[in-house]
Amino acid sequence: MDVIPIAPQVAIRIVDLSYSYPDGRRALNSVNLIVHRDETVGIMGPNGAGKSTLALHLNGILSGQGLVEIMGLEVKKKNLREVRNMVGLVFQDPDDQLFSPTVKEDVAFGPLNQRLSPEQVDHAVSRALAWVGMEGFEDRSPFHLSFGEKKRISLATVLSMHPEIMVLDEPVSNMDPRGRREFIELIDTLEATKLVITHDLAMTREVCDRVVVMDKGEIVTDGRPEDICSDRLLLERHGLI
Amino acid sequence: MKHDFIDRYARLESPVHALDPRAKTIALFVIIIACVTTPPQDWWPFAIYGALVLIIANASKLPTSYLLTRVLVVLPFLLVVAVFVPFMHEGGPTFDLGLFSVSRDGLLVLWNVTVKAIISVVCLIILSSTTPFSDLMRGFERLHVPHFFTTVAAFMYRYVFIIVDEAERMKRARDSRNFRARWLWHARVIGYMIASLFMRSQERAERVYQAMSARGFDGTYPRWTESKMFAADYVFMFAVAATAIAGRLAVLWT
Repeated sequence: MDVIPIAPQVAIRIVDLSYSYPDGRRALNSVNLIVHRDETVGIMGPNGAGKSTLALHLNGILSGQGLVEIMGLEVKKKNLREVRNMVGLVFQDPDDQLFSPTVKEDVAFGPLNQRLSPEQVDHAVSRALAWVGMEGFEDRSPFHLSFGEKKRISLATVLSMHPEIMVLDEPVSNMDPRGRREFIELIDTLEATKLVITHDLAMTREVCDRVVVMDKGEIVTDGRPEDICSDRLLLERHGLI
Repeated sequence: MKHDFIDRYARLESPVHALDPRAKTIALFVIIIACVTTPPQDWWPFAIYGALVLIIANASKLPTSYLLTRVLVVLPFLLVVAVFVPFMHEGGPTFDLGLFSVSRDGLLVLWNVTVKAIISVVCLIILSSTTPFSDLMRGFERLHVPHFFTTVAAFMYRYVFIIVDEAERMKRARDSRNFRARWLWHARVIGYMIASLFMRSQERAERVYQAMSARGFDGTYPRWTESKMFAADYVFMFAVAATAIAGRLAVLWT
């Protein structure tokens, strides 16, 4: 049986997931995690803890041993199209995300891959750009934009696909304080199940309902942001302060 | 960092900018082909091509200084040809210029190269400067240029400056540590830089591909806007092409 029936409130279910890089380095070590719908979960941990590797498993870009389910659908080759429509990944470096000559084409890229009609694509593009406050940037080249603008457009390229789950990899790293604050507010307004990968304690406290701490490819703690962010010993042990 | 884009003036408003990329591409390539195939003995067909190009350039509202500086790219090639002119002695009367003498055929070669190079280059400058790069690529695709080429060109347009920036940062970091060029190990350091630039680009390509896959990319590039050719596009295309071809054919009959 391909689809294991589970309660629809579960957005992400990860069971005993392990992954090693081709060079043999172990990146994930039997990770177990359940994320409920409309929850915002922060994933924290030092560099190299396996946070981004975990994110790449959520839509099947990487696949290790173990089970990953998105909205009850197992992530495997056969289901990739559905899974990638449900999971939106926003990468850390906007120059990786934005590859098209114009903003409009980039935001339309996902909807076009979803085989929407031209009118639906246009609609999805203008709605996503309006959501991130970047109307009027349609014909600009991504290279001409500021870092903060690129980050917003990156978000729009995923929002235009209308994903159930948004995975944001280091959404506010390298941003100036105002850009950071505005971007955090924007993230807070998104209506989706959100996974926020970060080592920004303050942001975690602001937007997350729950925090998972990872270190050396394992989940070491799972709890409320206020508890975890005030546990100095824990933060210190895992290189977060 | 600030970069000079080839389509810096592509968003001006002018009759030439408003034309469909396909109409511009075809019209300007007809001029180029007519021009390079015309024998150099007759000067007046070149006057026709030149006039056509000047009229289009003028209508395009591109700054003259911009056009002139762009035309300078042909200068090195012309100089190479010019250097050899004194050595071409055969054909026609020779003119004594004191230090050396030039033959009529030698000058004809120089004229031939100069006029053809300049007219062709101006055509390409007009095409690439009045059309946003993405529209140009889409126009090429509609003219059945293989997707592979247009996609590679589009990626290059997008990423070449990021790579240049990366190289520039690396160079600054290197120079800050007091790097001075001395022959042998200079070459080695440059080699390391190129290798590391290559590795970084490779890694970036990997990440870009991941980001594309995450948005459902399955190897085929989706398109959705269909641009239309209007009457004005056809009029421009046929008028320009017909004039250039007329100039070319007239040479055959006289």
